Amino acid sequence: MTRTGEPRDSAVQVTGDAADHREGIDHLETRLSRMVTLWLPLGIIMLVLLFPFYWMTLTAIKPDAELIDLDTTNPLWTWHPTFKHIYVLLFETDYPVWLWNTMSVAIGSTVLSLIASVGAAYAIVRLRYRGANWVGGAIFLAYLVPPSILFIPLAKVVFDYGLFDTPFALILTYPTILIPFSTWLLMGYFKTIPFELEECALIDGATRWQILVRIVLPLAIPGLISAFIFCFTLCWNEFIYALTFISDQSNKTVPVAIVTNFTDGDIFRWGSIMAGALVGSLPLVVLYAFFVEHYVAAMTGAVKE
Amino acid sequence: MAETPLETARRAAAPDDAASAWTRLQSNRNWLGFWFMLPAAAFLILFLAYPLGLGVWLSFTDAKVGSEGEWIGLENYEWLLGVAPVSDFLGIIANELFGTEFELEGDTTFWLSVFNTLLYTVVASAIKFAIGLYLALLLNRHMPFKAIIRAVVLIPFIVPTVLSAIAFWWIFDTQFSILTWMLQGLGAIAEDHQINWLGDETMARASVIFANIWRGVPFIAITLLAGLQTVSASLYEAAVIDGATRWQMFRYITYPLLTPIIAVVMTFSVLFTFTDFQLIWVLTRGGPFNATHLMATLSYQRAILGGYLGEGAAISTAMIPFLLAAIMFSWFGLQRRKWQHGGRDD
Repeated sequence: MTRTGEPRDSAVQVTGDAADHREGIDHLETRLSRMVTLWLPLGIIMLVLLFPFYWMTLTAIKPDAELIDLDTTNPLWTWHPTFKHIYVLLFETDYPVWLWNTMSVAIGSTVLSLIASVGAAYAIVRLRYRGANWVGGAIFLAYLVPPSILFIPLAKVVFDYGLFDTPFALILTYPTILIPFSTWLLMGYFKTIPFELEECALIDGATRWQILVRIVLPLAIPGLISAFIFCFTLCWNEFIYALTFISDQSNKTVPVAIVTNFTDGDIFRWGSIMAGALVGSLPLVVLYAFFVEHYVAAMTGAVKE
Repeated sequence: MAETPLETARRAAAPDDAASAWTRLQSNRNWLGFWFMLPAAAFLILFLAYPLGLGVWLSFTDAKVGSEGEWIGLENYEWLLGVAPVSDFLGIIANELFGTEFELEGDTTFWLSVFNTLLYTVVASAIKFAIGLYLALLLNRHMPFKAIIRAVVLIPFIVPTVLSAIAFWWIFDTQFSILTWMLQGLGAIAEDHQINWLGDETMARASVIFANIWRGVPFIAITLLAGLQTVSASLYEAAVIDGATRWQMFRYITYPLLTPIIAVVMTFSVLFTFTDFQLIWVLTRGGPFNATHLMATLSYQRAILGGYLGEGAAISTAMIPFLLAAIMFSWFGLQRRKWQHGGRDD
């Protein structure tokens, strides 16, 4: 990816004196055509992509009276922002408990998945035991098994194992979604670590475990961060397992709780529902803001491998 | 597999009777590999492979919530698919698209959900692909604040689907829809006219498809953008010198080099659109009149809410052939990629 910058700059110099729009060299476009072909469509798409969040935020801070009044005030803005909905959410509902559940389930299953994936990825890429390629392929196939065809039998399994309606039902089932993805991602990272480093360590008498912990993992930290963030986001996002395996109020996660507990049809709940959606999204957006590059690497890495 | 000199030396050094599990563990890569694989394998076998098999088995039983159920062979499938699946399938398509009124042999709701799932997947995926590719091409151009714009584009993908779906639920509200208000303001519809976004069959389908497109476009755009960035700029320089137009450059350089990544991205997109559950469950729960029931939501309704695990499992299992088709598609996409890179294995 770093290669692309350089030749493009030289292209600018080479074709500097040819002023034909068809050539597609961006800097030669007129301001108007750039406006029409780039900024206008991009602006419209961005507006559509971001509008639901604006509307969510605005609803969360609007007074109740303005929520159902589309005639006398402009619904796209409010002059009387209120924190009432967020206050109600945080102090008069179980929302903090749900937030805590979501967080602990996400961290628990992410950590479990990363431990399992590091072992699996290292074994597949570097130990190259008999059948490693087949196992790698099988893990890719596991990535393609969607939760919506698994939740019915899994509900039975979870019930039989006595995990139903406990946080462990989620902590132990989420890794099935996470492990294939993060193994695949880490395999890519481990492949980039020079094999010579490990050979040196082997000759010096290091065990495989020492090599993994002292050499491979420190070098794969960007990959580990990517995998962690992506797994965490997937856990936070997960809905169908949490909806099926959890029934007790105090064990629910944020997405499930908002859908099942808040949507009772009362028109004056909209402020609180949107506040709940907003507060539930914020941790991920903040995390994302700090680790954009890792996030994109995780998302595109798994596809490119 | 040939032994490395190191392993041979170790084996020679260790007396035969002391070749305990520990020594073997340290020197034998198959043993070592087994232990390194164990945690991942345990999770995937216990909670993925076993339930997958169990799901297929359940679909041949009359299991209900709280009862084990007995083997009933193909009865669930006969009940759902009817005796003449092909004519039922064609019948539901004709009924939905052309307003005919064929009597179906099987379960009408099931066939409707199959139709809905295919409609949802085909329409949403095609539009997502078109907009996603267009957005990727836009983002690949030189512009100020590129990094920030790219980061912002991905936000719909970051935010939990359920939570953004709830925002859409409010946007599509019957009485207080901001969309209706905007259309009224623009003069597109009459002042007192209300659009029943999620209550009317056609509108509900369009609304859920729109929400799905909204959520899926960023993923496709950003992944395709990553693919675009690996296309060497010198190819475009050569094309420019040869007098190629913008369209020719797209058609003969960008598109062929992007096919492998398009194949993979679209496989994932089709897979996750086909098995979508969250958006539908939040927005319509399958209504109105089952017009937006997908196979995933129907199986949840039958198995978990209705308690008929066997029947729900049969619906889930009926999704597997479609998923296999998507995976085959992905496989051939990857094969083609190797070919394009000169047949290298890595």
